[in-house]
Amino acid sequence: MDVKDIIKPENLVYQKSHVLTDNVMHYCPGCSHGVIHKLVAEVIEELNIQDKTIGVSPVGCSVLAYNYIDIDWIEAAHGRAPAIATGVVRVNPDKYVFTYQGDGDLASIGAGEILHACNRGENIVVIFVNNAIYGMTGGQMAPTTLVGQKTATTPYGRDVNLNGYPMKITELIAQLPGTSYVTRQSVQTPAAVRKCKKAILKAFENVGNKKGTSFVEVVSTCNSGWKVDAVEANCWMEKNMFPYYPLGDMKDSEKESPESFK
Amino acid sequence: MGDVRLMKGNEVIAEAAIRCGCDGYFGYPITPQSEVLETLAIRRPWEETGMVVLQAESETASINMLYGAASTGKKVMTSSSSPGISLMAEGISYLAGAELPCLIVNVQRGGPGLGTIQPSQADYFQTCKGGGHGDYKLIVLAPASVQEMYDFVELGFELAFKYKNPAIILSDGVIGQMMEKVELGEYKPRWTAEQIQEISGSWACLGKAGRERHISTSLELDPYGMEKNNLRFQAKYREMEAKEVRYEMFDCEDAEYILVAFGSSARICQKTVEIARSKGLKVGLLRPITLFPFPTPIIRELAGTVKGFLSVEMNAGQMVEDVRLAVNGKVPVEHFGRYGGVIHTPEEVFDALKQKLIGE
Ligand SMILES: Cc1ncc(C[n+]2csc(CCOP(=O)(O)OP(=O)(O)O)c2C)c(N)n1
Repeated sequence: MDVKDIIKPENLVYQKSHVLTDNVMHYCPGCSHGVIHKLVAEVIEELNIQDKTIGVSPVGCSVLAYNYIDIDWIEAAHGRAPAIATGVVRVNPDKYVFTYQGDGDLASIGAGEILHACNRGENIVVIFVNNAIYGMTGGQMAPTTLVGQKTATTPYGRDVNLNGYPMKITELIAQLPGTSYVTRQSVQTPAAVRKCKKAILKAFENVGNKKGTSFVEVVSTCNSGWKVDAVEANCWMEKNMFPYYPLGDMKDSEKESPESFK
Repeated sequence: MGDVRLMKGNEVIAEAAIRCGCDGYFGYPITPQSEVLETLAIRRPWEETGMVVLQAESETASINMLYGAASTGKKVMTSSSSPGISLMAEGISYLAGAELPCLIVNVQRGGPGLGTIQPSQADYFQTCKGGGHGDYKLIVLAPASVQEMYDFVELGFELAFKYKNPAIILSDGVIGQMMEKVELGEYKPRWTAEQIQEISGSWACLGKAGRERHISTSLELDPYGMEKNNLRFQAKYREMEAKEVRYEMFDCEDAEYILVAFGSSARICQKTVEIARSKGLKVGLLRPITLFPFPTPIIRELAGTVKGFLSVEMNAGQMVEDVRLAVNGKVPVEHFGRYGGVIHTPEEVFDALKQKLIGE
């Protein structure tokens, strides 16, 4: 059989989501943002909510997320995406509103906004891309940078006496009664990608069911910032980040009674 | 006469918001403006008109909630006092850069720093000259009565939507806290989804259906693109200067000396004019109502006929710079004011006028 005979509409098993634009992504090869964007777009397409979804993009490498996912977007000031999403959803309770934030954006400059939005139980999705570094500004220390990890501002490795400890903000957020679903995922293998998509799907479904805040952390790579190649970055993440940031659901109100969080 | 009440300036801001069809208020407590949020919490407009009221975790959050809600074409507002407005400065710059209509209220107190909770007008520079970063302007309305606190909420929204620009009511602790007679307007319904579509449908982020996606952003990485955006902003500001200047004059027809004052300082200066006139001195008062756009043309015109101007402000001399620019050296322009939360008396203003301009 010739290849031409195989490439036919009836044999189609996968295609690019129509919620993704044709713009060439500016992300470095190996970066996790592209895969996560794809998953968000696929979920929006599958739930058929393109016309009711409003994304809030952060300041960070994904500041231009609005060039890639074909929905209405609001571009936030650094760290303020959860407050912006709050404003949107409070006056438009019928919309699917999500923030898409890096670790510097969410856990450092925006730590106040994310905690309070989650504590109020804003009916939104938060996609939290934790690559343990500030990608956009050239690889400085993030609140999630591991102890000993070298960055532009911790050239000798993160020193706890100087910089404190890597922040497990997702664990903090899971404590808040306003959140209904809190999970930590990754996208370094096809299996991980599929699991992560399920988590994102569930988070968006929760918005439709008015469940409060659903929070999906994706432990991610930044090979440029980490100064390793893409394959090595995946290995480094599995070896160093997963033990400190273990994957899996931290809270799922579907499985546990919401009262147990209150 | 319609619904006439005796109310506090801050309460009236809340009442005006409900009655003019505001969709949402986001704010954080700070003296001397906390009655705005408190009044809204008592009034529960969400049960009456559907207006959303939310106490934010900080002014940084309130202004960004405003940014989000304004991006969807809704009529939304926040209020605060000086230190809180400083914290909002980043967000205000973003709102101006993204060209979002919204209303901000500043009930000023004395600064700098934590300062005092007493009234002040020391945020003129912050409000009219910047505050946040970048070349932007706010539409600035300066109420001098509780009635104007009411009227300027609706006017602020009207101008904000007309120019797709944040508007700010620059009030102070006197106007916010004092009680006066106020005539409340009719209830106007909140805009329907269809009306929002008609008014802001070309840009509002309400979900992409059968059109290009809408992006609410102040970001433009290409400097030539960003310059183009700035040229558009500047053209808009020039249009405001041509069309939206508002001011009031008292006894200026035959005046030899003119007091220039806004807000509560203008109320005090009205008395000063009476004192001066009773002593046979030809003194008038010009009260800018819009601080941006500033009433430059009328001041320029008056500069051809009068002997001098005294800019009377509850600050160390801020608006006086704009008066000087308008007068452009034709006649003397002096400043008088008490500051740090102290309010000048009509007599003090009169003495200053004699000392600094008339020469006695
Ligand atoms: C108020 C403010 N402070 C600092 C910056 C500079 N800045 C831009 S992106 C960034 C860090 C982003 O890192 P992260 O959120 O981890 O996202 P990543 O780029 O790694 O995806 C910083 C500090 C800014 N834009 N605004």
